Amino acid sequence: MCSRFLSHKKAQKIFLGLCVLSLTSCADRKPVTTTAAAQTITRPVGVLRVCADPNNLPFSNERLEGFENKIAELLAQDLGERVEYTWWAQRRGFFRNTLKAGMCDVVIGVPSGFEMALTTKPYYRSTYVFLSRKDHHVDVKSFDDPVLRKLRIGVQIIGDDQSNAPPAHALTRRNIVDNVKGFTLYGDYSQNNPPARIVDAVEKGDIDLAIVWGPLAGYFAKESSVPMEVVPVSPQIDQPFLPFVFDISMGVRRGDQELRDQLDQFLEKRRPEIEQILKDYRVPAVEGGSGV
Amino acid sequence: MTMAPLVVKGKVLVGNSGGEFGVRGWLTALNASDGKIAWRAYHTGPDADVLIGPNFHPFYPQDRGKDLGVTSWPADAWKIGGGTMWGWISYDPEQNLIFYGTANPGPWNPDQRPGDNKWTCGIFARDVDTGEARWFYQFTPHDLHDYDSINEQILMDMPVNGQTRKVLVRPERNGYFYVMDRTNGQVLSANPFAYITSSKGVDLGTGKLIENEEKKPEVGKVVREICPASPGAKDWQPSAFSPRTGLVYIPHQNLCQDAEGLEANYIAGTPYVGMNVRMYAGPGGNRGEFLAWDPVKNQKVWAISENFPVWSGALVTAGDVVFYGTMDGWFKALDAKSGTLLWQFKCGSGIIGQPVSYRGPDGKQYIAILAGVGGWSGAIVAGGLDPRDQTGALGFVGAMGDLPDYTTRGGMLYVFALP
Repeated sequence: MCSRFLSHKKAQKIFLGLCVLSLTSCADRKPVTTTAAAQTITRPVGVLRVCADPNNLPFSNERLEGFENKIAELLAQDLGERVEYTWWAQRRGFFRNTLKAGMCDVVIGVPSGFEMALTTKPYYRSTYVFLSRKDHHVDVKSFDDPVLRKLRIGVQIIGDDQSNAPPAHALTRRNIVDNVKGFTLYGDYSQNNPPARIVDAVEKGDIDLAIVWGPLAGYFAKESSVPMEVVPVSPQIDQPFLPFVFDISMGVRRGDQELRDQLDQFLEKRRPEIEQILKDYRVPAVEGGSGV
Repeated sequence: MTMAPLVVKGKVLVGNSGGEFGVRGWLTALNASDGKIAWRAYHTGPDADVLIGPNFHPFYPQDRGKDLGVTSWPADAWKIGGGTMWGWISYDPEQNLIFYGTANPGPWNPDQRPGDNKWTCGIFARDVDTGEARWFYQFTPHDLHDYDSINEQILMDMPVNGQTRKVLVRPERNGYFYVMDRTNGQVLSANPFAYITSSKGVDLGTGKLIENEEKKPEVGKVVREICPASPGAKDWQPSAFSPRTGLVYIPHQNLCQDAEGLEANYIAGTPYVGMNVRMYAGPGGNRGEFLAWDPVKNQKVWAISENFPVWSGALVTAGDVVFYGTMDGWFKALDAKSGTLLWQFKCGSGIIGQPVSYRGPDGKQYIAILAGVGGWSGAIVAGGLDPRDQTGALGFVGAMGDLPDYTTRGGMLYVFALP
């Protein structure tokens, strides 16, 4: 499964995070101390401290309506604890100001092998998708479809200096530039779920096609007043190295192996329920995703 | 808004920042009397928004034409094209003009914005009463390296090839010391004041920067030794000029970077592969330098190597003393002619502030400096970043891993009386 993608060492790290099973016996929960930056952080007993975005469905919001909220609830129940949130918009600085600063102990969704955290085994694998209105019969399945030169296409722009979300790069490589509209991923935070504006644009017919991360598209397509088409992009990797498929794990502070191991056990034990939650939220699954 | 406003003729001039977040840059003049907007000039988009009209006469042909702020971008990309203004404005009362630089284009990657991306990474001359543009010059067309052109310009009248010219001088992010005719925007000279690999010079005939294609960053490709690094050969820390010595004192950095590798990143629930940027000291191993430059002879006169980037401003006095601070907390006074160290004082935190000179009520001269490390370069200390993540602070942590060994965070104002 690993080698199906690439043998590149870093690629394996990104896609598969930690392939090694590290199950240890679950001891009774004691306060655990880890060191982050220049301070010592003690995890309180009986409380699962989660950092999450208060305004970013389908992932999380402060009304606890996101799938990450549901998974956090399930996790707390499993550990016999209650969830306590620290809310923080998930943008540049999120991990530094929350997890690494000791304001919480878990982030429910991070890319596997993410450098800012110690990650669990992946619990789902999803993909970027082509999102369009069903009644527009756009029918695009690949980045190499010539019709992409004619459609009005929306992509999300991150502005991380040299890099953006992969669809933007894939189009540029094919010289598809003039018919592409950018939506900042940050959006206007005073509105609900700011990254979802690109889905609204498809719904209103402002663009013919959006190429977005699957969980966002799947959820808002379901919520939409007009029927939507959600098609996984192809190829899964644009050579030499532009992946559209990502494994997602939970993240804890680096050094907190004990909690990470507990989470790994939870992910294995409660796998059917977690998969049901993801299904309920229409997270597009890619085969081989729950690498447990 | 992160800049200090400038007040000219009853107008408060201020710009916006945040080019990475999909904004459209502008400079605005507010009436000091009532706070109402007198004019606003955008830095992308149609001429009407940029306040380009019949009196706009740029020196070079590449800056002439209708609506270049639209046509030098792919369709609509200019609407979130960046080109903010968070730096320094200079005023020339004789011409009634202000001069200021514009920031980098964003948040698109270079490949997604083919074209010169006007009017980013350049300098405008505008009428202060109306905001109307008079000329423009682009230091870094189609910016590849985040060479955000908000640096200061110093206005002076000086001999160029035997003739006195009204010039402005600018130690620019891209590493060239520009001498420009401030009446028309012509580049009179552009000599490197730092180590440069990202470009091969400035063509004085066309005014164009000659890019080095080998240093163009691409996702999935490793590009080594891009010099200067993204903060440029000099960032926003202002230089100083002494009419007594005829020298420009330039606090700056000596950093290169590798753009490499692949790192999973995550924003608002969306994963993507980011580019790792790692910065490190350029040739010589020193990360900073305090440089005295002769703008007439167009050459370096002397330079002090500093271990860390010199991120404070410079101040030179009529007593021929020049002051600056270092990121490890030394506040230094040099002989402005020779560069000899006259005095230094270790502050409680690193210095990225600007020295100030003033006469006190007692008639004595005082020199003040605010210590307190931070900013992009000092984020490792101010933000308590983990030095093991070399790509932190957009790659700056990689070059500053030892700063916490030299200084701590803090914020203290020091005032020194001159004898």
